[in-house]
Amino acid sequence: MTQPAPSDQLGGPGAGPPLELGKDDPGPAAPGGTRFFRPDLRTLALLGVLAALILVGGLTRPDEFLATTNLQLVLVQSSVIGVVTVGMTFVIMSGGIDLSVGAVVALSSVWATTVATQDFGFTGILFTAVLVGLGCGLVNGVLIAYGQMVPFIATLAMMVSARGLALLITDGNTQIVTVESVLDLGSRSSYVLGIPPLVMVFALVTVVGWLVLNRTTFGRRTVAVGGNAEAARLAGIDVRRQRLYLYLLSGLCCGIAAFLLVVLSGSGQNTNGNLYELDAIAAAIIGGTLLTGGRGTIVGSVLGVLIFTTITNIFALNNLQSDVQQIAKGAIIVVAVLVQRRSAQHTT
Amino acid sequence: MPEIPSRRGLLLGTAALGAGAFLTACTSNETKEAAGSTDNQAAAADDKPGKKVTIGFAGPQADHGWLNAINVNARERAKKYSDVTLDITEGSNDTAAQIGQIDTLINKKVDVLVILPADGKAMTQAGLKAMRAGIPVVNLDRVFASPQAYRCWVGGDNYGMGLNAGHYIGELLKDKKNAKVVELSGPDNLELTKQRTQGFDDALKNYPNIKKVARQQAEFTVETGQAKMAQILQAQKSFDAMWNHDDDQGVGALRAIDQAGRDDFVMVGGAGALSAMEAIQSDNSVLKATVLYPPTMAASAIDLARALGQGKGVSGLAEHEIPTSLTLYSAVVTKDNVKEYLPTGFK
Repeated sequence: MTQPAPSDQLGGPGAGPPLELGKDDPGPAAPGGTRFFRPDLRTLALLGVLAALILVGGLTRPDEFLATTNLQLVLVQSSVIGVVTVGMTFVIMSGGIDLSVGAVVALSSVWATTVATQDFGFTGILFTAVLVGLGCGLVNGVLIAYGQMVPFIATLAMMVSARGLALLITDGNTQIVTVESVLDLGSRSSYVLGIPPLVMVFALVTVVGWLVLNRTTFGRRTVAVGGNAEAARLAGIDVRRQRLYLYLLSGLCCGIAAFLLVVLSGSGQNTNGNLYELDAIAAAIIGGTLLTGGRGTIVGSVLGVLIFTTITNIFALNNLQSDVQQIAKGAIIVVAVLVQRRSAQHTT
Repeated sequence: MPEIPSRRGLLLGTAALGAGAFLTACTSNETKEAAGSTDNQAAAADDKPGKKVTIGFAGPQADHGWLNAINVNARERAKKYSDVTLDITEGSNDTAAQIGQIDTLINKKVDVLVILPADGKAMTQAGLKAMRAGIPVVNLDRVFASPQAYRCWVGGDNYGMGLNAGHYIGELLKDKKNAKVVELSGPDNLELTKQRTQGFDDALKNYPNIKKVARQQAEFTVETGQAKMAQILQAQKSFDAMWNHDDDQGVGALRAIDQAGRDDFVMVGGAGALSAMEAIQSDNSVLKATVLYPPTMAASAIDLARALGQGKGVSGLAEHEIPTSLTLYSAVVTKDNVKEYLPTGFK
């Protein structure tokens, strides 16, 4: 199954050192992670898992699974959590964690679908969703970077209070979107060359995320802060400001994801984004991102998301129930991490 | 780092302030009409003012439409009676917190308690304690483990919901050979989901020409409803009818159906949300009916609590006392009778 992300990655940098001219900063003192090893067995292992899943899907339900509509379905269902995961990957790579993503998606989607916001139409909804995400990210970032709070605690607090605020706004009701231009974005008629707009946004976020991480000073600083914050500080990186930016970035991703969710579900509900934090962390982890920071790839995370969505898809097509799906997901996490550890030992 | 506010800083600051002002203006959800109220319902059998009764009400956190409608129904019903004072607690999904709230209500010496437990089995002790303290308990919907823990139980019929949905679909398809149906259920870890599915399956057994070809579970949320329905539509190229357990997730399911451009089957909903009833009334989607799980049961619970407090029975019945158990009927709302039920629809 081809989608923009992996092909972009594999055809990309090859084995060469991906340092950009003229943009070099005082330099990441910390080890640069996988960037000097580009055969990247981890990514290949993930592609292998995905290929195995596609084989299973193709064998069990060939007509339904291998259809174009199913590829579109899997990618659309991946797009919301995928965008969240890109932001989460940055945060985890810097040695942090963002537990508030699900709640922030809920709050953004709810805030963007109030009767008052819907009066402002398409732009009002988009603007509000992104702004609320950024706002939550800002609060997280300030608390962590300048308030010296542990990310786990600060984002946990945000998770609880954002959910509370979302409930306060909706009063438990389902807010149905009536703005046609927003709803149309999710319908089949707005697919361009068979590509759903939601998937385009997902692809765009992935590509931009990859470029930022691998081709900019910001990306190198992120890796440096995650690898060794003290060394990064001594090397002249403003670690605090970097952390602030990273949580802002995660908030921005949540805001975009919330907008996608509003388009997809045509509504805002305070229960939206339930357990996204766990899904995003799991996808990043099986994608090879180190929970302690300093190493990770956007492509790995996106593959992680695609693997999870494909499992859900295969199980649903075979009419298996959610309990079995959850067991399989748990097993995949364990297997993926074990396989990666193996391949990492071989390469380093 | 600029020491004095730069032009960029000022611009950013103004933009941030403006954005903040815009956002604060966007939290309102006021609409012209209120829904989910009991305004046009038949008044209680005996609404002549009687002995003053204080009713304590403890329910779970109203985090979705149906539970919110429960609170609204209880409040509005209590307002109708000049002799009823309602002492309603902050809803909580935490068993320990809810037990604490019930303790407080017991200490306040309310006359009657109406309890919708977050978890019926886990809250049994709280009901027992109130009963021992001499406060009769009206157990709403989620039943306690012991009949000693309540004086009267009133609630919906999950099995009946499935049964009625199954019969409605069965009658629609009874002349069709090899008819196929699919089911979008609620979370399987809830007892009520099993009961609904059991009722649905039992009803379908009466129609040997109908086969259930797929069943997926959603989580009572729009998001999961959309995701799971999209998968079902991909898996089943054609089927004749579907039953969806819950109208909240049905919003998402309808969205998925719309996105897939499918209209070759009949959809039946569950619970009775306002949006579903409006869709049934306008008759322009696959949704043709919904099976009720009426939130008006909270209003009935207030009626029963008042009757208990005043030592009366239910008029219209020969009994001197109110019954120990009342199971509500899960009516099928279709285009023909939707007008009647529209005011009970919840958001």
